Amino acid sequence: MSEGAPVAIVAAHGDLAAGFVSAVQQITGRGELFLPMSNSGLGAAEIERAILDVVDTRGIGVIFTDLPAGSCTIAARRVIAARPHVVLVTGASLPLLLDFMSHEELAPAEAAAHAVDRAVRSLTTVPGAPRGH
Amino acid sequence: MAIDLYRIDDRLIHGQVVVGWGQPLNLGFIVLVDDEVAGSEWEQELYRMGVPPEMDVYFATPEDASRQLEQWCADQRPGILLTGDIETMRRLIELSPSIRTVNLGGIHHRSGRTLKLRYVYLSPQEEEALRALERSGVAVTAQDVPSARAVPLDDVLRGEAER
Repeated sequence: MSEGAPVAIVAAHGDLAAGFVSAVQQITGRGELFLPMSNSGLGAAEIERAILDVVDTRGIGVIFTDLPAGSCTIAARRVIAARPHVVLVTGASLPLLLDFMSHEELAPAEAAAHAVDRAVRSLTTVPGAPRGH
Repeated sequence: MAIDLYRIDDRLIHGQVVVGWGQPLNLGFIVLVDDEVAGSEWEQELYRMGVPPEMDVYFATPEDASRQLEQWCADQRPGILLTGDIETMRRLIELSPSIRTVNLGGIHHRSGRTLKLRYVYLSPQEEEALRALERSGVAVTAQDVPSARAVPLDDVLRGEAER
């Protein structure tokens, strides 16, 4: 990953993507690695066009989206069909993005695969238990 | 009647449909009526991908949908029928006059359209097409999610519903 330049898009509903990037910035100071995009007020074709434009003009290699059935994911799937070098990751979460950005030594696609593994393992349930002494 | 919602939404299958409407309605199936999608395996896989496995998705042209509508309406499970534009819904209703309600769920901005609601933009031709549907006895309302108010077409066309 190149220093300071965005390497991935985070595309999501409402203000979620901006929230994710804000959280990455707060935790690591490296929010600039992600470009947040919202689907608010956009039709399917506009979302696809917006993502494709950023992929082409900023040399983006990875797209993170939120819902697997969401309009951002549908649009991103169309984009990766046109740009097969780009990787799509659905189900974006903060652990996913943090792991991705912490593996700058890897190519973006490899970093994305590593981050998915970490994000899946970060999903846990913690049953309530009485506080010990 | 097993089809609870006849919806025009240019995003077709997406989060608002699968989760926003799907969970409260306990949706069993989605009918996607669109000429292009009905003719493309790739497009169908794209829309099928994110839908929960317990939810069926049927793809049809307006003509196919009209032939199968009675069968879908006899289904015990709740369903939603989607089109991506007003013209496709109009063609379907012309073939299936039993459809008496239409939901405007998302018609977004593009050249020639003006803002009516946050999620509904219409060209003059589309406005007239919706008025013609109402004149034929179809109740047209706009409602993006179940918790929102269903806005009658007159209010939509006045563009005053959110002022």
